Amino acid sequence: MYVAVKGGESAIRNSQQLLAEERRGDRNVEELTLDQIQNQMSLAVDRVMAEGSLYDKELAALAIKQSRGDLVEAIFLLRAYRTTLPRFGTTIPIETANMSIRRRISATFKDLPGGQVLGPSFDYTHRLLDFSLAANGDVPDAVEAEDAVDQNMPRVTDLLNNEGLIEEETTEDDSEPFDITRQSPKFPAERTARLQNLARGDEGFLLALAYSTQRGWGRNHPFAGEIRMGELSIEFIPDELGFPIEIGEITITECQMINQFKGSSEIPAQFTRGYGLSFGHNERKTMAMGIIDRALRARELDEQVQAPAQDEEFVLSHSCNVEASGFVQHLKLPHYVDFQSELVTVRALREAVNNDKPNEAEPIPGIVAAE
Amino acid sequence: MTASSQNKNTNGSMEKPEILEGYNFAYLDDQTKRMIRRAILKAVAIPGYQVPFGSREMPLPFGWGTGGIQVTASIIGQDDILKVIDQGSDDTTNAVNIRNFFGKTAGVDTTEKTNKATVIQTRHRIPETPLSKDQILVYQVPIPEPLRWLEHRETETRKMHALAEYGVMHVGLYENIAHYGRVTTSYDYPVQVDDRYIMSPSPIPKFDNPKMDKMPALQLFGAGREKRIYAVPPFTKVKSLDFDDYPFTIESWEESCALCGSSNSFLDEVITDDEGTRMFVCSDSNFCKEQIEKLTNAPLVQNGDSS
Repeated sequence: MYVAVKGGESAIRNSQQLLAEERRGDRNVEELTLDQIQNQMSLAVDRVMAEGSLYDKELAALAIKQSRGDLVEAIFLLRAYRTTLPRFGTTIPIETANMSIRRRISATFKDLPGGQVLGPSFDYTHRLLDFSLAANGDVPDAVEAEDAVDQNMPRVTDLLNNEGLIEEETTEDDSEPFDITRQSPKFPAERTARLQNLARGDEGFLLALAYSTQRGWGRNHPFAGEIRMGELSIEFIPDELGFPIEIGEITITECQMINQFKGSSEIPAQFTRGYGLSFGHNERKTMAMGIIDRALRARELDEQVQAPAQDEEFVLSHSCNVEASGFVQHLKLPHYVDFQSELVTVRALREAVNNDKPNEAEPIPGIVAAE
Repeated sequence: MTASSQNKNTNGSMEKPEILEGYNFAYLDDQTKRMIRRAILKAVAIPGYQVPFGSREMPLPFGWGTGGIQVTASIIGQDDILKVIDQGSDDTTNAVNIRNFFGKTAGVDTTEKTNKATVIQTRHRIPETPLSKDQILVYQVPIPEPLRWLEHRETETRKMHALAEYGVMHVGLYENIAHYGRVTTSYDYPVQVDDRYIMSPSPIPKFDNPKMDKMPALQLFGAGREKRIYAVPPFTKVKSLDFDDYPFTIESWEESCALCGSSNSFLDEVITDDEGTRMFVCSDSNFCKEQIEKLTNAPLVQNGDSS
């Protein structure tokens, strides 16, 4: 008999229990600890923190464990948790020139003050499966450098700026930045809104869009001026103290893209910039972000807006994987009322056509055309 | 929500045992609720106008009712009685999930009875039982912009609304008639509110559109992912777009409900075998149950299989 829509409550409960069991997997295998995830899945943790827009390694590890390694789901968990957190205030803006560098490379100069610091990177590995890892994870300790990394590590773009070869990073502006977590988006978007949006936008989406510009869909001739990754301390001025105190340290990755110049017979030519920044160690993401930031400056720089990557309403409205994942997957929800309406309409249309051709008419059960 | 319950919904005392620890009453913090209430007030003051608001990530996915949930969370008080339906039914997975969410985070009483509820959150239907002035109907909205399928840029559609430049809508309907001989939009059928803003009624079947007109209950619409709230105040004119020679019509069925015999409710089609046999039953499960109770003069078990 008709039971299709009854019993939802217990079915949901059972589904949740089954999910928990599947997440745990074979109970003879030791359970993952958050420490293990934090330490050995650190790039997954970094991505979840960046796109979850919450810097907390332990919670990110928990989200990864809970989501069975589905990072978009983990990002969603962290974002939903973030909603409940009170906001105490805003930290002092970070100065990336002062970060403790773990990696710093430039593709535009062979050598530069501070040198090229390769740091930990897949870039110089052969992508051969390392079967020794399957047996055991023992690795020798990495060699320690004899000298400390140069404290003086100016940004490449600052070196160019000394010569006036590249545009100023920003114009002096004391106005409050847009806050995409508190305000609904406006178009045209301010650059602050755009950079926030890209900083927590889906890595795959940004990567594909950046790639599209390299293939001619909004080309902007990027050079990886500099990529740097390392640690920075975060400072906050509590109202009751009135002076900055250090409240923690975060890892960030920054990418400065140097792009084709602008100029004319009157205005001397200058390189333009694209900027990428992310929590954690996220080079692919920050590079894509730098390319797209520059592509989205098309209107500001009097370039023709022709490609998807240059269209800010297109890019910024579709970059969030929490929104995208939810809306695509909402199609799993029941739609039988809407579908019934469509059935009624399609049957009525077919009946109208068939009535015009009596010889081909088929009986249509159950429906009176809505007149 | 009645006036008496309106003042009690900040930081509600958590005496009900099943409430989740560590979260504010109805999940959202009070500043967020205040921001959303302001958006609601503006929406009520400008019927049919889409008010942008700082929509939050909720623990349910975007596209699954986060707009409706944020609106409900901002208006619900401890004395409210909540009903949640999806496709007209209280027992579909999404309705169950959202009802449980408010049970856990607000501890409010919930009901399946349309006339007992003070707040009704709905996806894709308006209950068959007429609503009263003491009730609020909260719609979950996927795409709040009725012009979106004709103009995909927000910058353009906002301008079109500001100038009430709606000719394109009527051209669209005209082309539809020219192609098919009738308007083929069957759900999310656009309406004009108070002779001013064109509004999406959310994907309710056009069958429900006439219920919106001069409805005694306040109608609130929340679109979480799109970050918009809009409203139809009580007793406000809501007109479905049409032409004099092609007036607006609604769906009708030759059948009556196979369970309760109702001949004036929206019917869902259920396929019962692989030979094309189908039955038609009310989409509004509570209405259907009440009709059966009237026929048999006996109350049915709330959650049991009723047939």
